[in-house]
Amino acid sequence: MNWRTFYAMLQRDGHVARRNLLPMLLQNLLQPLLLTFVFGRVLTSSGMMKGQYKSILLPGIMAISMMISGIQAVAMPLIAELQFTHEIEDRLLAPMATEWLAVEKIVAGMIQALVSGMVVIPAAWLTMGSGVRISFDHLTIFAAICLLVALLSASGGLALGSSIGQTQIGLMYTLVVAPMMMFGCAYYPWSALRFAPVLQYAVLINPLVYASEGLRGALMPEVPHIPGMAVVGALAAMDTALLVFGLRQFQRKTVG
Amino acid sequence: MGIGIRLENLRKVYDSPPPSAARGGGAFAVSPVRNGLKDRGRKKFEVVALDGVALEIRAGEIFGLLGPNGAGKSTTIGILTTRTRPTAGRAFIGELDVWREPVRAKLLIGVVPQRPNLDFALTAREILLFHGAYFRQGARERARRSDELLEKFKLTDRADQNVRGFSGGMMQRLSIARAMMHDPQVLFLDEPSAGLDPQTRLLLWDIVRDYNRLGKTVVITTHYMEEADELCDRLAIIDHGRIIAQGSPRELKSTIPGGYLIRLKFDRVPEDLLADFLQLPGVTEVRAAAEAGGIDVYAGCGGPLIGPIVSAAQARGAELHDVHIAEPSLETLFLHHTGRSLRD
Repeated sequence: MNWRTFYAMLQRDGHVARRNLLPMLLQNLLQPLLLTFVFGRVLTSSGMMKGQYKSILLPGIMAISMMISGIQAVAMPLIAELQFTHEIEDRLLAPMATEWLAVEKIVAGMIQALVSGMVVIPAAWLTMGSGVRISFDHLTIFAAICLLVALLSASGGLALGSSIGQTQIGLMYTLVVAPMMMFGCAYYPWSALRFAPVLQYAVLINPLVYASEGLRGALMPEVPHIPGMAVVGALAAMDTALLVFGLRQFQRKTVG
Repeated sequence: MGIGIRLENLRKVYDSPPPSAARGGGAFAVSPVRNGLKDRGRKKFEVVALDGVALEIRAGEIFGLLGPNGAGKSTTIGILTTRTRPTAGRAFIGELDVWREPVRAKLLIGVVPQRPNLDFALTAREILLFHGAYFRQGARERARRSDELLEKFKLTDRADQNVRGFSGGMMQRLSIARAMMHDPQVLFLDEPSAGLDPQTRLLLWDIVRDYNRLGKTVVITTHYMEEADELCDRLAIIDHGRIIAQGSPRELKSTIPGGYLIRLKFDRVPEDLLADFLQLPGVTEVRAAAEAGGIDVYAGCGGPLIGPIVSAAQARGAELHDVHIAEPSLETLFLHHTGRSLRD
């Protein structure tokens, strides 16, 4: 394996990401933070929701932001490069096995997802004002879940980015991203779906459920959540599946 | 000095539309040799792009692949540059089997694609610097080489601008500079002069010759015969995925029967007219052309034959509508082998 080439590509992605830092953060974080403001500030301050909701919402917002930025970071450039601009050709011709380029894209996407996640904690906290009660006592499990969620979003980005066409991006948002966010237990804990058992079990195919529940369990263990081990197991399984599928699709799209 | 290239019985059958790498000319250009539509009523996409291509490109030569759009030129380049997997056969760069050791093969080659694929997120200088980094060059070497190349390709004053605003010619120059950045032993240029003005094309030829003088092997695809004729030491003419002739431009032209091609068009072609023409002095071959009323005459001379041709035709009651005399050229050679013009 040629690590110098791999590292050079990572530097390239880092260079481009730094150059676009502000628009990128706005694109990934503005929408979640607006939602945070409406649900976590307006509705709680006016008494229409309990103050405790702020702490339930924050891990969910973090999960959404990480998922969106990881998917965006990998899928969007990939769709354009594979189908339209062909900018990726230069890197495909670099002295490194093709699948490692996909791995590099995933690592770059993971870094962006982690940065978004770390930025959203203080940002959401500030937006919601006082009354957020989260704890960082379970730092190891928190870090592990963050890494698994970052990998989930980046390999999901790879799978989507090397599977869908440029004209289907809008459809991807309507059919994949929007339902994923609404049924991802980001705005409510999984236990809140108890009133509809079929739905409660159906949403378990949604990877965002494990991201939200995992982060919620790590940051505020007193709220009922899916057990940590189940979350880690499910995330690991989904990561593996998306990674294998994404790598295969990438290989198919790049080598004729 | 330099390294050679060998293709052994290469075959490529696409069972789905090929990805960008093997695609020429914007749209899907590979012409279907066989397009099977049976298989129990199920639609099946199958295009034979290369059908047993064998070639030997010598170390240190400028080699041209000449053929019309969709002939299989880009697929050949795609296989040699690790971007298109062959269905059968082998491709060697030097002694390296490209598809067994693609990473080592990639170290030896530089590729100028048919369409610019520059990294639009970067400036011209950054494109070269990052390319050098992908090829494991040290920081100082990268900086030195990128400065040299920017200067050589007259891009220094735009070096720190994003390439999005570059003209087509500038992008092309930068693509070539990028391909040369890591000093490859073999340089591939896929249709480099498509869309270039004549002046820039001459500049391109100079650049290619200069690089070749350093002992490097250059492989170029083109559908311009002048380019193949002027620039290439040797070339292969490719059509429908098959090599139909190869050799130096001079050798190839000398294989055209007679040398001159006289393309005639009559209102009608009476029987025996072809045989009459073959009796005329200097005529080596006579063929009915694809279009109705057309006859192609290969002969050792052009103009002096027109008189006798007209007389012979009148004697048979045929009226000459059009005549075109082509001097010995690769175009005539291509016509002779395929019955079609390169531009068809």
